[in-house]
Amino acid sequence: MPNDLTARLLDASVATIAAHAEELTSLDQAIGDGDHGINMKRGFDAVAETRDALAGLALPEALQKAGMTLVMKVGGASGPLYGSLLMAMGKAKGMPPATIEDVATMLEAGIEAVKKRGKSEAGEKTMLDVLVPVGDCLARFRKVDGLDARLLGELRTIADAGLEATRELQATKGRASFLGERSVGHLDPGARSSQLLVHAVCEVLEQDVLEQEVGA
Amino acid sequence: MSQRVGIVIVSHSAEVARGTLDMVRQMVGDEVPVACSGGNADGGLGTDVAAIQDAIRQVWSDKGVAILVDLGGAETNSEMAIELLPEAQQSRIAICNAPIVEGAVMAATEAAGGGSLDEVRATAEELSP
Repeated sequence: MPNDLTARLLDASVATIAAHAEELTSLDQAIGDGDHGINMKRGFDAVAETRDALAGLALPEALQKAGMTLVMKVGGASGPLYGSLLMAMGKAKGMPPATIEDVATMLEAGIEAVKKRGKSEAGEKTMLDVLVPVGDCLARFRKVDGLDARLLGELRTIADAGLEATRELQATKGRASFLGERSVGHLDPGARSSQLLVHAVCEVLEQDVLEQEVGA
Repeated sequence: MSQRVGIVIVSHSAEVARGTLDMVRQMVGDEVPVACSGGNADGGLGTDVAAIQDAIRQVWSDKGVAILVDLGGAETNSEMAIELLPEAQQSRIAICNAPIVEGAVMAATEAAGGGSLDEVRATAEELSP
């Protein structure tokens, strides 16, 4: 993989959060406290400020450092949640990932950390409703030789479906749980930010796949 | 003076945090170490892991520290703050499942009477359904 991958993943993540900050906030105003977009933007902008330092680190250290920045800067529950995701991914075994199996293991470690931090499971109208099926999909492909466009496309489709499924779920975790049945009918803002990040990451990786194919 | 359990108040709002601390002070005076943290790192509504850690350090007592929180993110950020502290301290910090204002007052009253961390927490949590 090209060694500027960390920087490109970071840029794509920061860009998608910035581009959708208002939408995330308005989703959160419907069922939460209306700060998800602004909190995520504050956190990712803070990570962006450390771009050069992160780009010089190996992936495990870069993930842990970026995670810690999110923990310290976001200001809402999404800070510890996304921060724990990245920090646990950075500490996963098999780092840095050389195979799809390693990537699957890395994401699984991150998802476990989110479950623990949020005391939550999939099906409760949270970011886990996107991350868990994406992690499961990656696990199904764990024996595949390398990333290809089909897998990257599949991951995005699954993230989209996970997000859409949150619309009909009733929240039992987080602020939205106060609304009970009234949370039904709204997309979950955390699931939306996770789906956006899955797309951003897959698009960056897809560019690499296409370049390799052209080069081959 | 023998040691008292410290109390930390964590609200999304700096004003709620400060106001709660003022109420606690009026009830229990200076007998109990009390600190608060409110607002995110930019001064807006939210909570700040580093500031929560500072508050815990300010009131640190070998008897432990009880934390009162308002809404979801305050709890998650408080848990995160605890986990980032030295392991020896972690088991002596408890987040109380109680309403922030009433819980802080009850917890501080119990702490002023010399209660243990478990007693302080239980007293605050009597307020929860």
